[in-house]
Amino acid sequence: MTSVFLPPRIGLTLLPVFFIIFLLIVWQLAVSFSSVHILPGPLEVSRGLADLIQHGLLLKYTVASLFRVTWGFAGAAVLAIPLGLIIGWYRRAEMAFNPLLQILRPISPLAWIPIAILWFGVGDLASVFLIFLGCFFPLMLTAINAVQGVPAVYLNAARNFGLSPGAIVARVLFPSVVPQLIVGLRITLGIAWLVVVAAEMIAVNSGLGFLIVDARNAGNRYDLVVAGMVVIGLIGLLLDTGMRSLESRHS
Amino acid sequence: MNKLSAEHVSMMFSRDGKTTNVLNDVNLEVAPGEFLCLLGPSGCGKSTLLNIMAGFLSPSAGTVKIDGEPVTGPDPRRIFVFQERGVFPWLTVEGNIAFGLAKLSKTEREQRIAHYVKLVGLEGFEKAYPSELSGGMKQRVEVARALAVNPDMLFLDEPFGALDSITRLTMRRELLRIWEAERNTIIFVTHDIDEAVQLADRVAVMSDRPATIQQVVDIDISHPRDISSARYLELRDGIFQQLGLAHKV
Amino acid sequence: MNSLAEPRKWEKFFWPILACALFLALWHYLIIWSATKVFPSPLAVERGIAELARKALLWRYIGDSLRRVTLGYVTAVVLGIPVGLTLGWYPAVNKIINPVFQILRPISPIAWIPVSIILFGVGDKTAVFLIFLCAFFPIVVACVDGVFNVPVMYRRAGRNFGLTPAQLLSRVVFPAALPQIIIGLRIALGIAWLVVVAAEMIAVDSGLGYLVIDARNSGKRYDLVVAAMLLIGLIGLALDFLFRRIRNFKSVRWGFRDEA
Repeated sequence: MTSVFLPPRIGLTLLPVFFIIFLLIVWQLAVSFSSVHILPGPLEVSRGLADLIQHGLLLKYTVASLFRVTWGFAGAAVLAIPLGLIIGWYRRAEMAFNPLLQILRPISPLAWIPIAILWFGVGDLASVFLIFLGCFFPLMLTAINAVQGVPAVYLNAARNFGLSPGAIVARVLFPSVVPQLIVGLRITLGIAWLVVVAAEMIAVNSGLGFLIVDARNAGNRYDLVVAGMVVIGLIGLLLDTGMRSLESRHS
Repeated sequence: MNKLSAEHVSMMFSRDGKTTNVLNDVNLEVAPGEFLCLLGPSGCGKSTLLNIMAGFLSPSAGTVKIDGEPVTGPDPRRIFVFQERGVFPWLTVEGNIAFGLAKLSKTEREQRIAHYVKLVGLEGFEKAYPSELSGGMKQRVEVARALAVNPDMLFLDEPFGALDSITRLTMRRELLRIWEAERNTIIFVTHDIDEAVQLADRVAVMSDRPATIQQVVDIDISHPRDISSARYLELRDGIFQQLGLAHKV
Repeated sequence: MNSLAEPRKWEKFFWPILACALFLALWHYLIIWSATKVFPSPLAVERGIAELARKALLWRYIGDSLRRVTLGYVTAVVLGIPVGLTLGWYPAVNKIINPVFQILRPISPIAWIPVSIILFGVGDKTAVFLIFLCAFFPIVVACVDGVFNVPVMYRRAGRNFGLTPAQLLSRVVFPAALPQIIIGLRIALGIAWLVVVAAEMIAVDSGLGYLVIDARNSGKRYDLVVAAMLLIGLIGLALDFLFRRIRNFKSVRWGFRDEA
């Protein structure tokens, strides 16, 4: 649709990189020439990043965040997907539970914090619970949706060939829903990553979210704050890309 | 002068390093007001040729000239009719037909819409959306939309392909009726031999890929054509043989 | 879709009401059985809501949250749709800018709070900025995808009728992409509602999110905490409902044929 001359393939991958470098330069200049000296420039941030790596904090905090995400996400997947498949399969079950789900879904996991602290105290378990909550409803809804989307023709054909209910589930239903489930898992993993950072900013004392809050509270180290944000962004991107490659292998 | 002339048109597509030669040295001349069919098996390149003529694709070699001018892009004077999928689903029947008429005054526009709705037989459905119409009706909307801008030429790419065979027969009659009223130059792509012999003044029979025009058959029967007449069957069988098809199923 | 017979009309109300009633009953009895002094029973929650209504805090807080969502969301829509359409229209530009988006997108809006506070101070503007930020990306992505997915046939038909590129974008590509854009808008609204609550918990001192934190901090009023959560859920549901009505407009309904 455009008449823009597209450079050869190598150039194509470099262009976004140039753009990012360009943005970084603009950012650095804006900071250098502004009178307010709070927001750090990219140079400061990279020094802060190096600082973190040196003290071993970066690795430690990243592992802590990933650890919480894994438990909350896996727990949600293990519970929500089978439940969702069952509820999606039985029309009456979906009719019964749908309103409840629709009311619970818009409640931000963070709104559960007081309850989480009440039940689990301040610490790892509370934040894992929050992540679990943040993943549970989207995954359940994805599973319900996926089951309902299986074309009737597939099921009729399976019945036609005389398959037992167990075989229908294993050989027809499951393969049909897997692609949609994987997409749902990817999106929910992204949500989990958002929630863990938020949960850590409030309820625990390790992890990348905690780093951001702590760096600011204990000395206005905004270079570390932004460094933390950059790391969060990159890891989130890595997680997403990883899931996408899984997706393409399955479709 | 010829309305359209294709001179030494060739087309090559390359994908993943492989090149396919789709059209090879196609030469064709179409007279004004003529109804010409491009006939050939599916995938032989006739749609590609039509798209080149309409200006959506550039040929790898050769030129297409309309009214003596080389074709450089699509133009409202030559409207392309797709297989019912070209109708815009967010507009009503009226909205679709009015699509190319933005430059007209309101009264003129309304007159034209009314005229063409009547011409294609869709009275009463002006405010309906395409999702509420059958395949045949959607096709009529598209034809009406094309005609409403009074084009010199119409390009039809297997327009009746998605319709059932009974509807197809009706639509062919309708198309001829409209053509006789409006006398645009029509180039019609089909893979159906009967359709070609029923509709066209001339049939350009195309070979398989890389396609060239094998033969141009003059259909010298006047409309309405009797499809059981001897001459009709003779012409049809001639094309059968040209395409190397068996006569018995 | 299931192995049982077609449900009848009355069942549409029966089952959900049954499920909710069972849920409430279960909740009620768990409270009694565990003899907790802290966690509220359903009745306590209801009384809590009444109390808020009496103190006029209820409507004020709801109004504050809705106001922030509206401001941030509308800004995101007004800016996001043109940006998204442009990126979808010029794939080359999209290729350049997209990686930046992909890095910024996974950063939780909450993580932006310190930066936001520097730029906008504590209060309304911060919340609005955060909402804008988190709604912006889904809207842009939906616009880009919507434009990409417009069938080539529609574009060709548009060009055939002599439309200029600008007209092509406004009269063909945009209407054709609209169903997908609406899906993105709906998702973005859901996200905005989640984020406003989170933002209010941290950076402002009014609104439903603030109520959740404040009710606990100043007196362990868990009945108000749960009341606030319930309200958050109900209003979020209501917002989503509004969107379903939009899907029924005839000029976009064609794009939602497969959805329930």
